[in-house]
Amino acid sequence: MKDENATIWDTNPLSVRNLWVEYLGERGMVKAVRGVTFDLRPRESLAFIGESGCGKTTLGLALIRLLVKTARISQGEILYRRSGRETAVLKLKGREMRHFRWCECAMVFQSALNAFNPVLRIRDQMYDTIRAHWRMSQSEMRERALSLLRHVQLDPERVIDSYPHELSGGMRQRVLLAMSLLLDPQIIILDEPTTALDILTQRTILELLKSLKAEMGFSLMFISHDLSIAAELADRVATMYAGAIVELGLVYDIFYRPAHPYTLGLIRAVPTVTGDFQDLISIPGSPPDLIDLPTGCKFHIRCPYATDRCRQEEPTLEPYGPDHSVACFHVDQVRRDADAIWEGTGHVAAGEAA
Amino acid sequence: MTEYLIEAHNLTRQFGRRRERVTAVDDVSLGISEGEVLCLVGESGCGKTTTGKLLAGLLKPSSGRIRYQGQDVWTQDKESFRKYRLGVQIIHQDPYASLNPSHTVHQILSAPLLHHNLVNGRRQARERVVELLQIVDLTPVEDFLTKYPHQLSGGQRQRVSVARALTVNPSFIVADEAVSMVDVSIRVSLLKMLSRLRMQLGVTFLFITHDLALAKFFAWEGRIAVMYVGSVVELTSTPELINNAQHPYTKALLAAVPEADPNLTRRKKPITLRSQDIPSLRNLPPGCRFHPRCPLFEEGLCDRVAPKLKSVGENGHQVACHRVTG
Ligand SMILES: Nc1ncnc2c1ncn2[C@@H]1O[C@H](COP(=O)(O)OP(=O)(O)OP(=O)(O)O)[C@@H](O)[C@H]1O
Ligand SMILES: Nc1ncnc2c1ncn2[C@@H]1O[C@H](COP(=O)(O)OP(=O)(O)OP(=O)(O)O)[C@@H](O)[C@H]1O
Ligand SMILES: [Mg+2]
Ligand SMILES: [Mg+2]
Repeated sequence: MKDENATIWDTNPLSVRNLWVEYLGERGMVKAVRGVTFDLRPRESLAFIGESGCGKTTLGLALIRLLVKTARISQGEILYRRSGRETAVLKLKGREMRHFRWCECAMVFQSALNAFNPVLRIRDQMYDTIRAHWRMSQSEMRERALSLLRHVQLDPERVIDSYPHELSGGMRQRVLLAMSLLLDPQIIILDEPTTALDILTQRTILELLKSLKAEMGFSLMFISHDLSIAAELADRVATMYAGAIVELGLVYDIFYRPAHPYTLGLIRAVPTVTGDFQDLISIPGSPPDLIDLPTGCKFHIRCPYATDRCRQEEPTLEPYGPDHSVACFHVDQVRRDADAIWEGTGHVAAGEAA
Repeated sequence: MTEYLIEAHNLTRQFGRRRERVTAVDDVSLGISEGEVLCLVGESGCGKTTTGKLLAGLLKPSSGRIRYQGQDVWTQDKESFRKYRLGVQIIHQDPYASLNPSHTVHQILSAPLLHHNLVNGRRQARERVVELLQIVDLTPVEDFLTKYPHQLSGGQRQRVSVARALTVNPSFIVADEAVSMVDVSIRVSLLKMLSRLRMQLGVTFLFITHDLALAKFFAWEGRIAVMYVGSVVELTSTPELINNAQHPYTKALLAAVPEADPNLTRRKKPITLRSQDIPSLRNLPPGCRFHPRCPLFEEGLCDRVAPKLKSVGENGHQVACHRVTG
């Protein structure tokens, strides 16, 4: 079923331009996504990291337009491309939108492990999905479902007739993956794909994702507050803070040459297991209220580099070296400090030990 | 031998009746010295919380004994038991469920102070509450005294739970996933605050987590016990466990855990297990619980005899595996 059209490998399947999303909350407007711009490249895996409440899930939901009624996309553009055709996702209506949501871009939700219909067998949930979009005979549907369950390394004959509660967490997570792949989408969005899973199960899912991606060639966008998943799986990483992307770059640049004080702070706050013992540094303070955002750079209150300019003016995401962009007025200084830290020399300016 | 502040001897705890009966904690023995931190790691459902509750006296063991300051806690007199229950505090896994939503921070913290007569009157209670909030870094204190739990962030709520545990001046704290629910940026300062309690006040810790990286960071000077389906399978000092793990389950965990460092994590070679299935407590495999998954499985031995925790090498490194010899 894969599209063999050669041009799809060199155009970006997804471009998001200046996207703004707001929720109408009890206390006021929650500015959950603020001016997000990025491209998802063919066959890449792009990770979105950032603390709870920074807008990661909202961004994913906005892309497939499954936001709640109280949310609104106030500005921006989402462009989807396949086989040389470009679609403006925000202009899609009803049936077209549903087609986009499964056949072009599928999302596996955070805590979706509990989202199965408990009284339906796996096969019925899978058939319902296929039936809604494709015309297939019963036996073709069964073939398709079995083949995908096999792809996610489950015993297909057993699992297809099971009820959700008969499967373990890891098995259910794999069924969800199989379901998202059912209609051959070009983009998969995973929200916290392994957060609820045990270490050994998590490892199986990570390996599975790698091999599925190599084999099927989709682009992967995944959301995780767990930096280790990004380090393991991502080609590129976007750091989000208070609804905006503050840094975007290749995974090695983000982890070893971060240029935004917040990214640097996150990385220094997370221990490794098998690496050397390192002291950890905490980021002072807590994330801002998205209803009543501070002026200027949204990170300035917690930032050791903040100057008057940061308090007045919000920096935009600007290119900084090849394939690397940063939204910070003090990039050079942050880079110098990060280098000094990695060499294990020099005074650490980025946050004092708590 | 060191004098332990708290010891568990052949601790076993079952839940349910008859055919529903499961053994959540099975023959666990360990001891924690004063001022020490012992970390309990393992996958979901392996019995970490149950072990913590047993040590804190919140659950009664089905068999086995707990000794606190040398005394058997379930046979001692009422007054000694009361002292033990005050000396041992637990910070619960769920920061949302464990704080009374209709009480202010001040009420939450002053209630145990007054109830246990640890202060003379309300003024002294207030002074102590202020002091506690300072210890857990909830400052400026005035901003927090009148807040309700729902007005606090997850990290702040977790700090209130810690402060509440400290009201009774405990000598032993069971911290059950105390920082797992909070964001990375706040997690470190919480961990450092707990470390400070240990170093400055000499508080002893049982630190429960499923996160190996956190265990390593918090218990670097202490020990780690790895649990698998109700039993401790490996127990040794933290650096030794990280660098020289012996049990095949511990090795599999270390090889599988993703790391927040792209080079480190991508160079790992996962260990292939014979099966992915975690055994159900209702239907446990005979012999070693890990044998159906274990790469070192030896027929006729591992599926017949349950291995006991025994010392291998020096420095009290203990492993429960037939195939590991010292
Ligand atoms: N239905 C809603 N109504 C009002 N505000 C909402 C709603 N859903 C989310 N928000 C707010 O929008 C912001 C972004 O939420 P979102 O769920 O996108 O964050 P996230 O980065 O996915 O966080 P987490 O890591 O906790 O999943 C948060 O401040 C949240 O409180
Ligand atoms: N009150 C209870 N009644 C019946 N079974 C219980 C009870 N408490 C715990 N169990 C069972 O005992 C086992 C161990 O549970 P426990 O909560 O100690 O695990 P845990 O290691 O803390 O897991 P997690 O990492 O998910 O918190 C589980 O199978 C659980 O279902
Ligand atoms: Mg989310
Ligand atoms: Mg638990």
